[in-house]
Amino acid sequence: MSETVSETDELTAMARSVFADHPAEIADGLPTQLWSTLTELGLTQLTLPEDAGGSGGTLADAAALLLVAGEAAAPVPLAETGPLAGWLLHAAGLAVPPGPLAWAAAGKDALTVRAESDGELSVAGSLNRVGWARHATRVAVLAADQDGSDVVLSLDPTGPGVELTEGTNLAGEPRDGLRLDLRLPADEVAKAPDEARELLLRRAALSRALLLAGAAARALTRSVRYAGERVQFGRPIARFQAVQQQLALAAAEVAAGRAAAEAAARIAAASDFGGPDAGFAIAVAKARTSEAAGSVARIAHQVHGAIGFTLEHDLRLSTTRLWAWRDEDGSEAHWHTVIARQALAEGPEGLWPLLTRAS
Amino acid sequence: MSTPGELDVARALALPSVALAPETEELRSEVREFLAKERAEGGFVPHCDVWLSGWDERFSRELGARGWLGMTLPTAYGGHGRTALDRYVVTEELLAAGAPVAAHWVADRQIGPSLLRFGTEWQKQRYLPRIAAGECYFGIGMSEPDSGSDLASVRTRATQVDGGWKLSGTKVWTSGAHHAHAFFALARSAPVEDGNRHSGLSQFIVELNSPGVQINPIRLLTGAHHFNEVVLDEVFVPDDLVLGEIGAGWHQVTSELAFERSGPERFLSTFPLLVALVGELAAEGDRLGTEGLRDLGALVSRVWTLRRLSLGIAASLHSGAAADVPAALVKDLGTRYENEVIEAARLLVDIPPDPGAEGGFARLLAEAVLHAPGFTLRGGTNEILRGVVARGLGLR
Repeated sequence: MSETVSETDELTAMARSVFADHPAEIADGLPTQLWSTLTELGLTQLTLPEDAGGSGGTLADAAALLLVAGEAAAPVPLAETGPLAGWLLHAAGLAVPPGPLAWAAAGKDALTVRAESDGELSVAGSLNRVGWARHATRVAVLAADQDGSDVVLSLDPTGPGVELTEGTNLAGEPRDGLRLDLRLPADEVAKAPDEARELLLRRAALSRALLLAGAAARALTRSVRYAGERVQFGRPIARFQAVQQQLALAAAEVAAGRAAAEAAARIAAASDFGGPDAGFAIAVAKARTSEAAGSVARIAHQVHGAIGFTLEHDLRLSTTRLWAWRDEDGSEAHWHTVIARQALAEGPEGLWPLLTRAS
Repeated sequence: MSTPGELDVARALALPSVALAPETEELRSEVREFLAKERAEGGFVPHCDVWLSGWDERFSRELGARGWLGMTLPTAYGGHGRTALDRYVVTEELLAAGAPVAAHWVADRQIGPSLLRFGTEWQKQRYLPRIAAGECYFGIGMSEPDSGSDLASVRTRATQVDGGWKLSGTKVWTSGAHHAHAFFALARSAPVEDGNRHSGLSQFIVELNSPGVQINPIRLLTGAHHFNEVVLDEVFVPDDLVLGEIGAGWHQVTSELAFERSGPERFLSTFPLLVALVGELAAEGDRLGTEGLRDLGALVSRVWTLRRLSLGIAASLHSGAAADVPAALVKDLGTRYENEVIEAARLLVDIPPDPGAEGGFARLLAEAVLHAPGFTLRGGTNEILRGVVARGLGLR
């Protein structure tokens, strides 16, 4: 166990130093230099097997990387490219192309997917708020075909029949709309792997929870530092108990979110995201990190005063992400409902066993 | 004060994510089976805050007989040489079930480990086997009428005499002193030196049947008798019963605080009420609205997370790492959580708290409400704990 920990530690130290060398601001395009460094280091397809063009890393490594990416406010689609689109394409037996990738899980009514007589597939409809689509070489889409079976499509977002409308989330990260009216050759479509929809949602929620945990740690760290530097009434504001108490509350939220996300990552890794334990742990992880996000962001801004509320200050790099991400891939309201339904199904005698089920 | 930064925050909050061993999970099943049998046979009825209020010596001896007390103590002293995580699992099962654990609580949680670390061979032989058997109960003599959060201000005085020490002073909030065999008293054995208030303090093992010990009840607002005032009037403590080193009392007392602050008792005091709440809400079926689901889900999600944090601290402490800051965090978060269960329960279910009810939701809610003020006070107030966290973050 200690060996694995130290390997993961090495990976996070490396990722941290890479992120530190590049700007965290989201500019017009993808930060190509950062992306190519991450690619050279094998961090963009970390868990994809080596024979499929990945690094063959563990899920623990992938989780640690996302935590660090959240901490760094790294302006790159690491979650989308590796654990989501990369996994979906590969699990469906499709090629995983190089470059940044995007993904979408299309609802039943969002897309019409029909097999044509020439063997091609016609795809029509629209996808909302697809993360980083404008920069992606491919968008992996999970959709239902005319028989209601799930299929995976590999789309070129710049290809014919795709109309892309740019949009963003609160942090300025690309969340683009796609209108589709196109035909796909047979080799860009495959039957979805078993449980693909559920597994994809779990992967998305856990990835987001890890990013949130990282972003919350960043907001806390910056606030602690600022409180030590900012002098009022002749002393650093860190010396005031009122400020200390607020930061201690924020630290508790950061620690809780991180513990939930890391435990869920460990439990999910044990069953490759399948099974009831992983589902429950991930629901808690996203609920708890989303819940923490609001209080941490609020306290961080309160401690920073007016300067943190300006464009010139980089506190927003973490707080706007906290605000955006807490609602993406299911807010705490969504996940609390899921968790409660499960608790009620287990009943009073089943509650404690439910809480202690995964080791 | 140096400028606090990333390292402080990362170091202060770092915890391992723990996977329990199969043997530990096997132990859990045994404890669960025992508890189900005890409940079925009327051995106990679930209550809230059992580690303060559930005094049952028969139950403690049953646990001792099964090897579930003094678990981490060496077998040479009647212990069982088990891991901290084994003990953790037994403890959390007992608390979640609302079982009566108060009699052995202090002895098992902190007296045993303290004796093992600081005690003499004679002291270990004298107390540890009986603690592990669930037959010897202890109290804690730290707080005084004028010393609460500011523990270093204790005024109980220890004066050296021939063959030992004479202790005079008053200790308060000593849980179970009216049943216990002994308590650890923190006393000033030398004047403050060079303005260092932590110097000159010592710990003494005071056997509570000693001449000069008077125990007076301090009733809780429920009228129940758990707390006591222990008045020491020239009580003779032989040299054999000095704990550790004279003058090292502060170090000895504070070195055990992380154990005391991070355990499952810091977030499970109202768990039996949460169980009853799930029972009431499950009975409502489809009539339960979205708001109820969200509130319940939040309670379940938070307790799952607290347990993960607390397990991480147990593992850290077991491996010898310092965990003062996360321990303080868990106690702050966990004891606030114990109150959140109460608030959700009373707003989601239209049954008023009833201390006289036979059992079930109404009685558990009443117990929880009436005991709640203590949750965020005992073992260091939440405000003091946030100060500990702030220091760990480099803020002070």
